[in-house]
This record gives sequence, C-alpha cells and structure tokens, in this order.
Amino acid sequence: MANGLRLSLKAISKSYGSLRANDKIDLDVKPGSIHAVLGENGAGKSTLMKLIFGLLKPDEGSIFLDGKEVRWQSPEHARTAGIAMVFQHFALFESLSVAENVWLGMDKSWSLAAVAEALHQLTRHYGLSVDPDAFVHRLSVGERQRVEIARGLLARPRVMILDEPTSVLSPQAAQALFTMIRTLASEGCSVIYISHKLHEIRELCDDCTVLRHGKVTGRVDPRQCNDEQLSALMIGSAPPPLVRATRAVSNPIVTLNALSVRAFDEASECLNAVSLELAPGEVLGIAGVSGNGQGLLLDLLSGELNSDEASMRRIDGHIFFEDRAIEHLGVRMRRRLGIMAVPAERLGRATVPELSLADNMFLSESKHMWRLDHESLYQSAQNVVDAFAVKASSPKALASDLSGGNLQKFIMGRALALQPKVLLVSQPTWGVDVGASAQIRQQLLALRDTGAAVLVISEELDELFEIADRIHVMYAGHLSAPVKRADATVELIGQWMGGSWLSSEDVSKGKPVTVPFEG
Amino acid sequence: MIVLEKRQQPSPWMGYLSPLLSIALTFVVAAIVVSAMGKDPLRVLSLFTLEPLNGKRAIGEVMLKATPLILCSLGLAFCFRSNVWNIGAEGQFLLGAIGAGGMAMWLTETGLTEPGWLWVTQALLLGAFAGAAWAAITAWLRDRAHANEILVSLMLVYIANLLLSYLVFGPWKDPKGWNFPQTLRFADSLSIARLGAGMRVHWGFVVALISAGVMVWLMYFTTLGARLRVGGLAPGAARFAGFSSRESLWTVLLCSGAFAGLAGAMEVLGPMGQLTPHVSTGYGFSAIIVAFVARLHPLACVLASFLLSIMMIGGELAQSRVGLPASVSSMFQGVLLMMLLTFDSLIQYRIKWRAQTSKDLAKHA
Repeated sequence: MANGLRLSLKAISKSYGSLRANDKIDLDVKPGSIHAVLGENGAGKSTLMKLIFGLLKPDEGSIFLDGKEVRWQSPEHARTAGIAMVFQHFALFESLSVAENVWLGMDKSWSLAAVAEALHQLTRHYGLSVDPDAFVHRLSVGERQRVEIARGLLARPRVMILDEPTSVLSPQAAQALFTMIRTLASEGCSVIYISHKLHEIRELCDDCTVLRHGKVTGRVDPRQCNDEQLSALMIGSAPPPLVRATRAVSNPIVTLNALSVRAFDEASECLNAVSLELAPGEVLGIAGVSGNGQGLLLDLLSGELNSDEASMRRIDGHIFFEDRAIEHLGVRMRRRLGIMAVPAERLGRATVPELSLADNMFLSESKHMWRLDHESLYQSAQNVVDAFAVKASSPKALASDLSGGNLQKFIMGRALALQPKVLLVSQPTWGVDVGASAQIRQQLLALRDTGAAVLVISEELDELFEIADRIHVMYAGHLSAPVKRADATVELIGQWMGGSWLSSEDVSKGKPVTVPFEG
Repeated sequence: MIVLEKRQQPSPWMGYLSPLLSIALTFVVAAIVVSAMGKDPLRVLSLFTLEPLNGKRAIGEVMLKATPLILCSLGLAFCFRSNVWNIGAEGQFLLGAIGAGGMAMWLTETGLTEPGWLWVTQALLLGAFAGAAWAAITAWLRDRAHANEILVSLMLVYIANLLLSYLVFGPWKDPKGWNFPQTLRFADSLSIARLGAGMRVHWGFVVALISAGVMVWLMYFTTLGARLRVGGLAPGAARFAGFSSRESLWTVLLCSGAFAGLAGAMEVLGPMGQLTPHVSTGYGFSAIIVAFVARLHPLACVLASFLLSIMMIGGELAQSRVGLPASVSSMFQGVLLMMLLTFDSLIQYRIKWRAQTSKDLAKHA
C-alpha cells in the first residue's frame, strides 16, 4: 500500500462512440471507507463501476488496487482480486435455493454444504438474515438483495460496490442495510456506494466523489455538506423550490370501493378489497415497494385491465367515475371521459422505441379516423416538444434516441396536452435527472391546481412527501387507509410499507390465491 | 462460448444490401452443390437466371407463378408485422382452391356458365372467403384457448391437403376421368381472362399488383395499419394505447387467409381449369420466404415474388434439361431464407468468442 489507498483511479476515460461517458476521472478510496459516488442518471456512474469491476475496459487511464496497477481481463478476474459488486438488477435462478444460487457463482472448490455453512456464519456476523435453504422465488426483493450481498461477501472482498441498493427497499430495510455496510467497513473493506439520494449519502458515507456529465465536479465530506451544496455539485445549480397552492377538496371523481382482482395463475399479482377516493384538485400518493400491486392498480384505473378484457383475471367490485361504473370500459373509452395514464415503463409501453415522437403521439389518441394524419401527428408532437422543453432534434426523432428524462417530459407533455380530468402517473421521475424531475413534479402540481385529480404511484417517499396531499401505502395487494401529508412521517409510512397496519390474516390473504377458471 | 452481442448502431444500408448479398451467396452455394453433383454450374446458373426471362411466353410464366406468391406473401407480411405467425397460407390457399373449384365444378355440371365474368368473380370471392374461414379457425383457437398460431396454422395445412385429396379421390372425382384423381374440366367461360395471346398469365396478376398497392395504403396511411404496427413492435404500448390485440389478431388472420384463398381460387380458375391433388406447388410456404426477403414490405413482396418465381421455374428447367432433382430447387429456396436470416442477425448482432464463466450461467437466470 504505497499511498495508503485501497482503490485508486487515475484519469480514467471511456467513450461510447462520440459520447464521452467518463472523462479523466480520478477516484481515491481509502481502506474501510464508505465512499459515495454521487451523480444524476447519465453522469457516468454505472460506466465507472463497470470499469472498476472489469465489465468494461478503460480507453485511457489506470486503476490501482492496493497500490498495484491492475488491468482486468474479465469480471471474474476483478472478483478474484477482491472486488465485489451488487447490481441493481439481480441475477438469481428463481427455482433454486439461496445456497444453490450462491454455490453456482463460486469456484469449484466449494461444496454446497460449505456454502450453506458460510451463509449461516455471514447471517450471524452481519445480521443479514438469509435462509440458505429458502427458494429464491419465495423471497422478497429485499431478501434477494441480501442474497446478492452475501454472494459478494463470501469472496471476502476488499472493495464492495453497491449500485443504488436502497431503490428497492423500505426505509426500515434500508436502515438494516446501512448497519451491515457499517460493520463491513469497520472490518476494513472499502465500500463504494452509488446513489443519487442525498440524505442517505450524508447519513452513511464518509467520503464522496460527485460526477456530472462524465467528469468529477467535486470531492467532499458529505457529513459536512447540506443537500443544496451536494445537489449544486451534482446538477450545477440547486433546483427551484416547488410552488403549491392550497385548495378546497371537493367530492371524489374516482372511487374504488373494496375492489378485488384475483389471478387465475399463482404467480400474478392480486388486489385485495382496495378502496380509495380521488378528488379533483388533489394529488393522491401511493407509496410502497414496487411489485406489491401498484402495477395492477394502475392498469385497473387506466382501463388496460377491465372486466371485459381481464386476461385470466377476475375483477370483483366497481370503479366509479363521478356516479358511473366504468370497470368494464377500455382504455380509449376512459380517455374520452378524461382519464389518462403515464405508466412507469417509458419504452415499450408509454412509447414504441422504434417509432418517431410524431408516430408515438398516435398512442394517446382516443378517437381514430380511418386516415392516418401524419401531418397533425407531427404538429402535435412539435407542440409537446416546444411546450415542455423536450430536448429532441425534431418530432421525427425516435423515442429510443431520447434520454430518459427527455422522453419522460415528452410522455408527460403528451398526457397533459389532453387536459385530463384524472391523471394517473407511475414513478414519474424514476431514472430522471434532478432538473427534469423538478419540472415534472411542478407540472403535476400545476395540473392539480387547475382542478384535475392526480394519482401518483411512487417508490420515492421524498417525492410523495413533496407533492402528495394524501398518501396511501400498498403492500401485498392491500391498500392502507389514506393519511394526510401533514400527518405522515417517514417512520409511519416506512412501517406501513412492511404491511404493519395489516393483521397477519390479511397478509396471508394478500398472497396470490388460485380461483377456478370461469372463462 | 460464442455470444451474440447487440450492435450499438446497426448499419442502415446493410439492411437494403443484405437481400442482394443473400441472393449472391445462394448462387455460390448452388454452384458448389451443382458442381458436386457433376453438372455444369454455368449452364444451371443460366437456367436459373436467363432462361426464365427468355421471351414473352417465358416472362408470362414468371408472372403467372408470381401471382399467387404476391397474394400469399402480402397477407403473411401483414400478419408477421403484427406479430401473428401465420405459417399456414398453404392451407388457406388450398381451401380457396377447393371453394372456387367446387363452385366452378357445380356451375359446369348445372350448365350455369354465362355470363362467365360474373360467375368467375363470385367463385373468386368464394375462394377468398373459404381461405379466410380456414384462417379463422387459427384465430379462434388462439383467441379463445391461447393456442399457438404457428402450430395450429401449420397443422391445418395438412388437414386442408387431406380434405382436397378426399374430395378429388372421392365425391368430386370426374366420372368420365379414367379414374384419375381430378374433377371434370370447368367450362371454358369459367376461366379468368388472359392478359395477352401466347401467355398463360391472367388478369389475376393485375389484381395482385393492385392488392400490393392497397396493402401499402392500409399499412402506412390508415389508422388501422398504425394500430397493427404498434401491436407488432410493442405489445405493451398497444395495450397502453387501448388497441385491442384481439382485433389485430382477427384482422390480420382473416385478411391473410382471404389473400391466400384468392390466390388458390385464381390458380384453379386460371391455369388449372380443374381441381387435382396438386393445385399448389408449395406457394403458401414459398410465400413465407418471399415475405422475409421483402422485409415485410408490400411493394418489395412483388419484387421478391418475381425472384422466387424465377427460382421455381429455373428449378423446373434444371429438372427437365439437365436432370437435377426437383428437391434441389426447394433446397435453394431454403438456403436463400437461411442466408437472409443470418444476415439479419448479423446486422443486429456481432459474434464474439469468449470463455464461459459461471457469471454467464447466473446471467441467464
């Protein structure tokens, strides 16, 4: 350890074609340090981590591990040298047990029994609570993440990279993860923690390198900084504060009364007696870890799932729009009533990646003439691009060519152009940079202020606390009672995200139930 | 382990070049095979390229064989664009032939043969209807029972074949036909008018060309075409937009069944003049190749149909003039399709060799 650094990157550059994803980046990680790498989406964090982990090779610059220069041939090579990485997306075999999954990734000298024993020890040591014999398909997302972490730990890493690990966790589960990370660091392992959540970084990390547009814009001690300083480094300027007006709440425009959805196969999501009231002039937030029925709720309200086209599901109960039952109406009929949805999947659902923005305007139309009017589609796409400051070369640009934030601005703009009475939005700022996020949230509030009803499904509690008037929590297909934002706390919502408001009976009801097929 | 790695930027002009390269490479493979069989490759090459275009009569034959290919491939391209994998155009073609042929037989027997143009039109429409009805079985099973349309449409080809055989060997056999498995010859007025003297090609060819124009309009200038295209490119986006997947399933299958049925009807009312067990020489299957060579574009379907038609005629010529087996010509068709699909994959992906790691195993989870 010549310079006392565990990992050191010197002037690392990596380009994809004309895009310089990493531009002369220096990164110094001390032993036992929890080092944050902070940056917006597209700032070059993922590329940098892939370089450290050997998934990519740098165009220029060098990497030093414990003072010795290394050139990875493969991730395997990096792993044996003591670098572990936990990705956002897990690579686990659903049908195998935890121990078997971990064993598959180990070198051949390990026996399955030895792996199971080692997992037991890790469990005790770090408080990871992973059952080696459990089958992966039974595990929650948080548990799966622990399996991935355990897999990394078994290799006794000297550097552990965690890529946005809390994006799939409730606040309480995140705290447990932080405890584990601190233990790991106290034993001398360096942790590189990638995130764009400022409060987490200030709580957990002792060092921080900030990236913007592929360059290092600052190296700070996050404990000495406030959010404004960090986000100034990250985006160049702090986002403007949101403006919100207070409004008198009127009668609900959309009402769900104890509505249930049952699937005919066991693997699918269900909804259990979900009740909610959505009133004009309010933003109603739905919190919860993804995969607890939010997708189904959105489909049900937007009409993608309706009692006429239920695709192997049974819907019990009614959805009321004003005083009219609409659960049998399809997407286009509901759009004519003024209900519009913005799903979380931007490519392949909200837009067709291979088509131009102009052609994608076609997806939001509710009435079709016989003739396809290319000119008016082009014009309306142009209007959206202009009105919502979408950075696109022209309405002829392909949807897949836009960055995540710009595409989301386009999709939001397309929805807002319809002047909906009810807007349903899922993960409005997921993977969107801070500047565009602020713009999108402000638009949601502006729409609410015009008297429209807005429903926002989001994993990000910060976002809901910022824009929602009332918040529900979803867990295992159940929807909690609403709580006013003023009365809600992160602790309360966090507990509810684990289903604490339900009795154990209710929760078991939330598990998928097979019902007989009735055609 | 060989891995296919997605290219960042697939070359756009390779997309247009690859059909030409495939054709060229198919000729290379053909030359090698032909030489190995002890035949003169240059002679065979000329039989496959120059001879089918030698003279008015020969060109008429190319157009004649291109007609059913154009019609079938238009329907198939429509289906494939919408992610509906109808590979049973052959069966729908045969049902069209049975429908039109049966009607023409009945008309001939009852003597209702004038005015010919009216009856021919009606028989053609009946053929199109029969083809659509045959395709409707596939659509219905897919819609109601989530049956795989590839399997269902393919199996229905064999059923259609047996149905045709049953009819011409049994109840529809010409009593004065020396016990050959065929119907009586239809009245002369019940055949489609020819385009010119000395050519067998008939007005059906013009209908096929008009159909291609109609399909261009339908696919690119109507909202129906746009809906179907969205459904084919991104089913999730089609659901989001509220386009019914059932609507597109039925639309494309009925449409392609009708085209194939019309092609079959034209075949019996055109060159055949009667029903035999050999109405089709695999037009419905060759049309799959046509549709892919044409990259599912209706106008390109016309050009690709000419190409396949020339190959089919070349195969027949090679059979009669230099004694190449008939299967060699279908093999060349297969080689062409393989080449094309390989090129398509290589445009999208590059081949890389790398050592297999346990990480790869886990990645496939």
